[in-house]
Order: sequence, then C-alpha cells, then structure tokens
Amino acid sequence: MDNKNKSSFGERIASSGAFVSVAASLICIVLGLALGLIALAIINVEHAWNDGLMVIITSGLKSPRNMGTVLANAAPLIMTGLSVGFAFKTGLFNIGAAGQYTLGAFGALYCAIVWQLPWYLCLLAAMVLGALWGAIPGLFKAYLNINEVITAIMFNWIGLYLVNDIMYGKGKSPMYDISTTKTFSLRKAAPDSMIPSWGMSDYFGKLQSVTIAIFIAIFFAIVVYVVLSRTTFGYELKACGFNKHAAQYAGINDKRNIVLSMTIAGALAGVGAGLYYLSTVAEWNPQVSTALPAMGFNGISAALLACSNPLGTIFSSLFISYITVGGTKLSTQYYTKEIADVITALIIYLCAFSLLFKNKIRAALMGKARRIQVGKGGDD
Amino acid sequence: MFLLLKYTLLYTVVLMLVALGGMFSERSGIINIALEGIMVIGGLAGVIAIQLMPEGASAFTIVFFSILTAGIAGMVYAALLAFASINLNADQTIGGTALNMLATALAMVIAKGFNGSASAKLDYSNRAFIYDIGPLTVNVFLFVGLAILVLSYFVLYKTRLGLRLRACGEHPQAADSVGINVYKMRYTGVLISGVLGGIGGMAYIIPSVSSWNFEVGVSGAGFLALAVMIFGQWKPFRIFFAAIFFAMFKSLANIASSIPMMASLGWTQNMYNMIPFIASMIILAFTSKKSRAPKAEGIPYDKGSR
Repeated sequence: MDNKNKSSFGERIASSGAFVSVAASLICIVLGLALGLIALAIINVEHAWNDGLMVIITSGLKSPRNMGTVLANAAPLIMTGLSVGFAFKTGLFNIGAAGQYTLGAFGALYCAIVWQLPWYLCLLAAMVLGALWGAIPGLFKAYLNINEVITAIMFNWIGLYLVNDIMYGKGKSPMYDISTTKTFSLRKAAPDSMIPSWGMSDYFGKLQSVTIAIFIAIFFAIVVYVVLSRTTFGYELKACGFNKHAAQYAGINDKRNIVLSMTIAGALAGVGAGLYYLSTVAEWNPQVSTALPAMGFNGISAALLACSNPLGTIFSSLFISYITVGGTKLSTQYYTKEIADVITALIIYLCAFSLLFKNKIRAALMGKARRIQVGKGGDD
Repeated sequence: MFLLLKYTLLYTVVLMLVALGGMFSERSGIINIALEGIMVIGGLAGVIAIQLMPEGASAFTIVFFSILTAGIAGMVYAALLAFASINLNADQTIGGTALNMLATALAMVIAKGFNGSASAKLDYSNRAFIYDIGPLTVNVFLFVGLAILVLSYFVLYKTRLGLRLRACGEHPQAADSVGINVYKMRYTGVLISGVLGGIGGMAYIIPSVSSWNFEVGVSGAGFLALAVMIFGQWKPFRIFFAAIFFAMFKSLANIASSIPMMASLGWTQNMYNMIPFIASMIILAFTSKKSRAPKAEGIPYDKGSR
C-alpha cells in the first residue's frame, strides 16, 4: 500500500518540470558556493569558512539595513532577469539587457532632473526608451536575419556611448553634477521624481533607497507570468520560440512576434533601470564609458538560475542580490568583494549544464520509482 | 599623424589577433562569445608574468615567456568553454557569457590578491615590448601579429588540419562520416582561439600604458573583435583589413582632442567610439543576405543525429 503511493509520487515528481528545475538550480547554487569556498581557501585558507563563506551567506540578514540593500538591489535585478527570461521563453537571447538598461536609466533620469516629472512618468520614459533599444535587435533579426546576440552587443556599446555623451554634455549638461562627477542626486534635485517609500525605509534602518520598487518588480513578474502562461498572445510568442516554422505554418506572424518579444524584453529592462535610479540607490557616472552596467548581465544570471520562469526570477534575483551584498561585507583584510561575483558567475557557468543535471535528476527519480515498483511486483 | 599611425597599428594587431582567434573557433563550429573574458585572463597572466620575471632578464626572455604565459592562460580559460559546449552540449552563448562575467570578477580578485591591496591596478614595465623605428614607436606584437596572420591563413587553407576544422564547422555529420573526430577538431578550434585571445588581451594592455586597472577588463575590445570577425567574413586577410578599419576609428577616439583640425569639429570621444559599432551594423545589414558564417556554428554536435 505504502509502496504504491511512494512509487507514483516519485514518478509524478520526476515528470513535474518545476521540481526538477528547482532541484537543478539548487545543485548549481550549492556547487557554485562550494567552488567559491575553494576559491576563498586558495586566497586565505584560515579564514575561508568563518570570515569568508559564512559572511557571504549570512550578512544579508544581519541587520535591517543590509536587508534593505538586498531589496533595493533585487528590484532592478528582477526586471532585467524578467527581460532576459522573457526573451529566452520566446527563443531569443537578450544579451542587450545592459544596453536597454542604460537607455532606461537615461530616460528616467532625464525626465526626473530636467523636467521634474512625477516618478511614474519617469518610469514610463525608462520603459519606452528600453523598449526602443530592445526593438532594434528584434527588427534586425526579423527582417535582415542577423543574430540578435550580435546586434544587441553592438547596440549595448552604442547606447552606452550615446547616453554618456548626452548626460555628460562636455561637462555642461543640466544632468551632470560637477562636484560629484555623477548625475545630480534626485534627493536634492528632484525629490518629487523619487519612487515613494511608503514608510518602508523606517523598517530597514532608515535606508532611503528602500522603496515600493520591489513591489513594482514583483507585480511585473506576475504580469509576465500570466501573459506567458495564460494568454493566447503569450502562447504565440512561445510557439515562435519552440519552432519558428511550425508557428508560421499555424498562421502565427513570426516576424512581428520576434520584434514584439524583443520590444517587451527591452521595456522590462528599461523599467529595471528606472526602479534603480528613481529609488536613488546610486547615481549614474557618465564619464565611465569602459563598462556596461552590471545589472544587465546579472539579469542573465537571474533568468538562467530561474530557468526563465518569471516567478522563479523573483527568488533568483533576491538570492543573487543577497550574496552580492554579502560579498561587500567581507573583511577587506582577507578578501575582496568581487568574490561574490566570482561565485555568481560560477553558478551561471554551472547553469549552462543544467540540462545535464535535470536529466540526471529525472533519471534518478524514475529509476527509484521503477525499482520500488519492481520490488512491489515481486511481493505480489 | 604618427600618433594616429601608432594607435592604429596597436589596435589593428589586437583586434586582428582576437578576431583570428574567434575565426578558428567559429570555423570549427563553436561560437566563442567569451573572447572578451579570454582577453582579460590572458592580459592578466601576461602582466603578472612580466612582474615575476627575475631582475636583469633579457628583453627577449621577458617578451617570449610573458607572451607564452598569456597564450597558455587564454587556452586554459578557453578550455572551460570547450568543455561546456563540446562535452556537455551546453548552450554556447550562455557558457560564453558566464565566462565573460567570471573573467572580470576573477581578474579583480587575482589582481587585488597579487597586489595585496584594495586596488586592482597592476604596474609593470613595458620597455621590453617597445621599439622606436625612426619617429614611429612600434611594439613587438606587430611582428607577432603579422606572423600569426600568415600562419593562420596557411593553417586554415593549406593544411589537413585546417580543412578538417572547416569541415566540422560546415557539416560535422559529413566530417564524422569520413572519419574526422569532430569533438577533437572543435577542441582544437576553441583552444587556438584561447591562445590568440590571450595574446590579444596582452597586446591590448601592455604596449600603450604601464599600469592597468583590471576593474575595466578590456572595455569591450573582445566584442569589437567579434564584430571584426563578422565584418571580415571569417576569412584571415579580410579580418586583417576589417581590423585596420575598426582600429582607425578607435584610434581617432583616443587622439581626436590632440589634433587641432579634428578638435575643431567638436566631436567627443564617445562619438568616435560609437562609429565602428554603427559602421559594422550598417555593413551587417547590407551583407546579411550573403553572409558566409560557418553553417554549423552554435549547434552542439550530436553523434546520434547523423
């Protein structure tokens, strides 16, 4: 009796994609942390556990302020993660999230500092500019058959140079604060354009950058989830991702859908930048044209870790944000904060094998189920 | 004018080396988007090698061993991509992206650890690499690069290895059916790209300045090289000319402010930096219909689906 229940349960779990995906991601995380521990030990073996790994995986919860930092950084990460994940679901690789994020940052900050618009309009501007920058690789892919990865990489850099050029404006731009060499702080220059906190910052050690941004991000995650899994539109987009030719045959306009997918992905990344800069987590430095915003690339990590599931992205983003904050709390005496980036990158490298892990897990579960069934057969 | 020539030569060599690396990888069927990361790792290894050279080592020793180190480091790093995409059938673009992210973080950790301080800036002497020929300063990578260009052409088109490599990038099933080991060929392609990428990363960092902050990685040079490779249509000498074209604009960005005639145009550094990217997009748009990309690139080889 008992055996029978167990066997069907094992098989049910094995065939449930969600469980296997989560298990595969957890394996990636554990292996990534283990490799991170090895890296810490190589640098300084005495302190690897207590002052290294434990700091990384506990600091995020140590104080309300740390928790606030985790939330403030997770909100934009959820958005870029959604952006990349959405594109993945429709068969596209949006490596351009960094560029769309850059344009989004420009849209939000320009509306805030120059026009002093309320925050939701600034966020809308971020969304529109991000969508525009996302649409470009989509158009190149749909009508000229150029791989979206190449276009997106090019437009990442074009966007960065363009935005920095305008924001810096040879030092005379209205957005550029000479005294800080960054864009003007919204707290002074445009307090009305800041995303409201609704008293949340009081719970997180008066950290001003904790705003309702995290709820906006979660809201978007739910919307994306519903669109992808519960609407015809989402189904059509996914169909193009699974098999372009079959979708075409079924009467789906694949060109239009490629452009739409990339546009939506771009819009999501743009909103991410809006959430980050309108929450005043940091200011933009327009004089650094050598590196794209890391948030865009971390979005790839968040999406991969969540197997592109919009709701999973919430958790993967919180996790990545959590260990990144943990990394900044490492004692500089022994380690540098980039160790956390190394761990994240290792986890993502391992995620590239997640298919392998998934097959192994499935095989293990099925094998167990079958063994139990065989045993049961003998009893009868 | 000499300044423009100097920078153009410098960047041409860098972009050409890395793009040739990309070419070997893609011609064997593996998309190598990790070139940026490979450059960072190669550059870091080269810089550290220079620092570790014993006092009074001859210029030749320094140059030879540091370039060797950079090449080997690049190769080892590229092996991670090869392992993921050839043995485990992982998505090549994702694997490459992960390696890019890992490279910058890893380089900073190593640089800081090497420095023993909170700065990822490494100082080194580049005297052994630079020669003055009349009024022109050239670096040793120019000769290395030209040699590798000729060698690449020779290997790719005139040897058995090259023919087999190309076959694996076009139609691996057919290659396999005549007894070519596709996995081995693809490994060869990726590892060569690692060596060239590593040396390219060093060529980017060493000659122009005598200290490098690894916080910036190689600031997109690897991606630019990817554009050069496409622009060069995966062919060695075309890649060479594409590299010159891209390098010229990149140099203009560096020196525009110091040339009076160009400074009066009022263009900013950012605008010059943008031009090669925009140019490659325009050219891609016009040539996409007759693009000569290797047919099987990006598709994991599955023996069973033959």
